[in-house]
Amino acid sequence: MKTENQNNTLQPEEKEIFTVPNLVSIEFIAMIVAMIILTIWSVSLDAPLKAIADPNWTENPAKAPWYFVGLQEVLVYFDPWIAGVSIPILIIVGLALIPYLDPNPKGVGEYNFRDRKLVITVFLTGYFLWFLLIVIGQYFRGPNWQFYWIWEDWAVHKEADQALVSIPNLFGSLILVAYFGLGTFISKIKFKALYEKMGTLKYVTSSVFTLMMIGILLKIVLRIFFHVKYIISTPYFSI
Amino acid sequence: MKLTQITETPVWKSIFRHKFEDTPRNRSLAVTSNVFLHLHPIKVDRDAIKFRFTFCLGGLSLFMFIVETITGVLLMLYYRPVPEYAYLDIKLLEHTVLFGMFLRNMHRWAAHAMVILVMLHMLRVFLTGSYKPPREFNWVVGVMLLVITLLLSFTGYLLPWDQIAFWAITVGSKMAAATPFLGVDGPFHEFFHITDMNDMKYLLLGDSDVGGNALLRFYVLHCVILPLASVLLIFVHFWRIRKDGGISRPL
Repeated sequence: MKTENQNNTLQPEEKEIFTVPNLVSIEFIAMIVAMIILTIWSVSLDAPLKAIADPNWTENPAKAPWYFVGLQEVLVYFDPWIAGVSIPILIIVGLALIPYLDPNPKGVGEYNFRDRKLVITVFLTGYFLWFLLIVIGQYFRGPNWQFYWIWEDWAVHKEADQALVSIPNLFGSLILVAYFGLGTFISKIKFKALYEKMGTLKYVTSSVFTLMMIGILLKIVLRIFFHVKYIISTPYFSI
Repeated sequence: MKLTQITETPVWKSIFRHKFEDTPRNRSLAVTSNVFLHLHPIKVDRDAIKFRFTFCLGGLSLFMFIVETITGVLLMLYYRPVPEYAYLDIKLLEHTVLFGMFLRNMHRWAAHAMVILVMLHMLRVFLTGSYKPPREFNWVVGVMLLVITLLLSFTGYLLPWDQIAFWAITVGSKMAAATPFLGVDGPFHEFFHITDMNDMKYLLLGDSDVGGNALLRFYVLHCVILPLASVLLIFVHFWRIRKDGGISRPL
């Protein structure tokens, strides 16, 4: 490391540059810009505060904080134990598993989408879905969690959904088994090289997580267009 | 009085261990002799610190955490976490404390900004493949920090004790009651003889409904437990950046 030039002028061929001032100055500017934006934001817009908490006067709709409104929106399509508990846990576990499931060594430290089409597509689908549900829950849901366009008046009463039907359990179980079984099996044929690289355990895990994510979207479609309430319904739990 | 007269004093020299001539040695010492800057290596990869590579998202997440800590501690001076006073204290803060409204606004908006920045930081790390070996575990730490960020924001949401806060947490805590096996409304709760007095929701709220116990619990979580957990994981997160090969860049 005797190559340091005494006058400190940056030489284009140098790959490593001094943290002071090159990185520290960027951080300093970023902090100042962030502080300016925060200050303007805080001067011009007040944090909301409604009337004092009253357990006897229910807010309608009662909305969760915006980052959880997506999960609240999923409550329309799934029971609370799925929408409010299982899905968040699966999202956290699924995210944590990503580095252990992605077998592709390419694209480290660069915006390289060409060599990582599949993972990027799956991740962005989930990311987009998360924010889509938040936007719907936050801006398109009114009293009783009914759907209202932004220009519609919440005072206009909306009828509850028409009668929903549940798929018979035998048929519903078949659908679920076929969805996850065939989904994994057929994708295995299409992504043969990937399957061989990953091994059965990793491939099936990735496949099941991906199918569950797409499954949320499919259940929404089933509910909206086919008025399906449950795929399986038992006295203990329903899906 | 010249600046050199100050910089030559024993006191100054005891604080700042190096001179200011622009030499490679002093640039290195500026990092290594400063407890905060020495999170950084002395030299960094030219491409890794380009703004368009990181968009400063991770660093700004930390900055929002610092803003939250400072504004949060100041808010604690004016706030009592009991139902009798909580809402009143927020009102007094807004109307009688100098810059009180500004303080509360900044705490609220920086919290939103932090949630957004952490989510975007995760997207950036994913898109640049920076979770791949040898950085797998640091991604997991990052996921934990994301969860803590959301919990910090969620617990803070109850503290103003207004209708928004009360009903948002009521909706949120209903989810805890739906936990399979451990929530009174969850599937298979009979298995462990779970009632509304011993389930997950009760653990979260200290009661079967949102009330004074929940307010105190959320306050302690928000001001002590979660910030400490966050600081701990932030240490691990930053330390692992260095140990796992520095800011990510093409291998």
